[in-house]
Amino acid sequence: MAKKKKVALKSDKIKFLVFCLVVLLAPLPFAKGYLSNVLIFVGVNSMLALGLNLLLGYAGQISLGQAAFFGLGAYGSGVLTTQFTMNPWLAMVLVAVSVALFAFLIGFPVLKLKGHYLAMATLGVGIIANIAFNETVDLTGGPSGLSGIPNLSIGGFTFDNDLKNYYLVWGFALVAILLSLNLVNSRVGRGLRAIHDSEVAARVMGVNARIMKVQVFTFSALISALAGSLYAHVVTFISPTSFSFAVSVELLTMVVIGGLGSVYGSILGALLLTLLPELLRAFQDFDIIVYGLLLISMTIYLPGGLVRGIPELFRRLVPARRGNA
Amino acid sequence: MELLQFVISGLATGSIYALIGLSFAIIFNSTGIINFAQGEFVMLGGVLTICAITLLKLPLLAAILAAVAGTTLVGIIFERFAIRPLKNATPLSLIIITIGASILIRGVVMLLFGKDTQALPAFSGTTPIEVGSATLLPQHLWIFGVTILVIIGSRLFFHHTITGKAMRACSFNRRAASLVGISVWRMVLLSFVISSALGSLAGVIIAPLTMTAYDVGVMLGLKGFCAAIMGGMGSGLGTVLGGLILGILESLGAGLLSSGYKDAIAFFILLLILFVRPQGLFKKGETERV
Repeated sequence: MAKKKKVALKSDKIKFLVFCLVVLLAPLPFAKGYLSNVLIFVGVNSMLALGLNLLLGYAGQISLGQAAFFGLGAYGSGVLTTQFTMNPWLAMVLVAVSVALFAFLIGFPVLKLKGHYLAMATLGVGIIANIAFNETVDLTGGPSGLSGIPNLSIGGFTFDNDLKNYYLVWGFALVAILLSLNLVNSRVGRGLRAIHDSEVAARVMGVNARIMKVQVFTFSALISALAGSLYAHVVTFISPTSFSFAVSVELLTMVVIGGLGSVYGSILGALLLTLLPELLRAFQDFDIIVYGLLLISMTIYLPGGLVRGIPELFRRLVPARRGNA
Repeated sequence: MELLQFVISGLATGSIYALIGLSFAIIFNSTGIINFAQGEFVMLGGVLTICAITLLKLPLLAAILAAVAGTTLVGIIFERFAIRPLKNATPLSLIIITIGASILIRGVVMLLFGKDTQALPAFSGTTPIEVGSATLLPQHLWIFGVTILVIIGSRLFFHHTITGKAMRACSFNRRAASLVGISVWRMVLLSFVISSALGSLAGVIIAPLTMTAYDVGVMLGLKGFCAAIMGGMGSGLGTVLGGLILGILESLGAGLLSSGYKDAIAFFILLLILFVRPQGLFKKGETERV
């Protein structure tokens, strides 16, 4: 048993290293092209989807307000660096800590709720945050947005083009992925899955469900806030529509389509749904319909998401191999 | 002085929230589903009425009937193709499905009817009626009248007809209901029919006051859900009171504090109620069975 586990851990490590390599080489074929710009957003969305997946796929707690944390991160960094000319890195840390603290505090009353009520409460948080971004015009610029956010830089090195920003964002994303992989394979991760199956049973077995749910909520808010800060510094312009309810729904779609309860599934979902609108650009307005249809049909026909659905489909198409073995 | 005006307009929007809240509660009680696409039924009511008037040149009453019928048809299709295939679905997949349906409906309407905001003409003119220091629009009276009729009608239906009683039986205990010979799936379908008809009716009567477009459903639906939560997801007076209170608070908040934060007030109230009294304002708590 112990040996088997060690082998599993080793294959996990190899998987992660292979993934790192893919990330490292991915932009090379189109180094200057417009696709590397899109791949930056795949990175940002991966972090967001990962945060939501930890909460939803592992702990079974839905959140329809992830865009609020994303937005708080972006606006926090944006406002602090433009209006108060704070050092961007310091602002990023400060904002991430404050957003995590905020999530921790609202986590206790919010996560006491279950199912539909939890969905509605998180949705409420998201909508209130979005209204605040729109209405605090003095700070955020309101609906017309906040511009002039500086690029990040280390020493004399400024992240001022797509390729540099790609490695910056994916650097953060890879750390988040590594942390999440460790988290889900730890005692905490097993506790979260136990809560997912039955919260009462988990508590009877000695899992402190209440604290654990709040912890994972806080962690997911932290990742989202960091993604927000990065987004603000990469794009240098932010407006409330980037952090609306629709974005929370989009993140939910990524997680469901990629695969609930799978770290790499989140990345796959983020990749697919960030590229999809680019591919559907010719049809512009149709993307909303494709979205809706995908969401419905995937939930009905592929409840495990792509990350489980593809191997399943493969097994079904190639039954002979399984028969011989 | 102004206060009375705020209360009147608050009561009008509150009545709409109450109707939407009731339509939420009807589906919830028969299936346990919170239908995130409920707001789209409301939107369809308004948009389809305008279409029936401008495209089909129908008179107002016929247009309204056509719109309600059309929305009900959408509700039936939705139940048949999105809800029924998932027999033992988790609340999560149901939430995602209904969100998917809401995006789909909104997308189709946007493509077919465009993104423009349109107004439905008021049912009987716009000559204001003086009430003390405030004014009342004829459309307000329509809203109050329809709401009162719906409340009385649903009371009669759910408590004094055999079908209504059967639907209530399903909400208490589905298995027991099916054991005494009630066709549960038929009741579920019926609840979607009633709920989508009710939602679209709310959308029709509010459209002359607030204008309508493909994207008005989200906010209206969420406010209606607030009302239903305040009433403890019951299909009775609690939800109606919840809607009216929400409408008045929102209108007072918008008038006295800041109109930009109008929607934030509603959601703040929602959060407060969820945190403090998740069972609703007017209900006793129930213990949960595992």
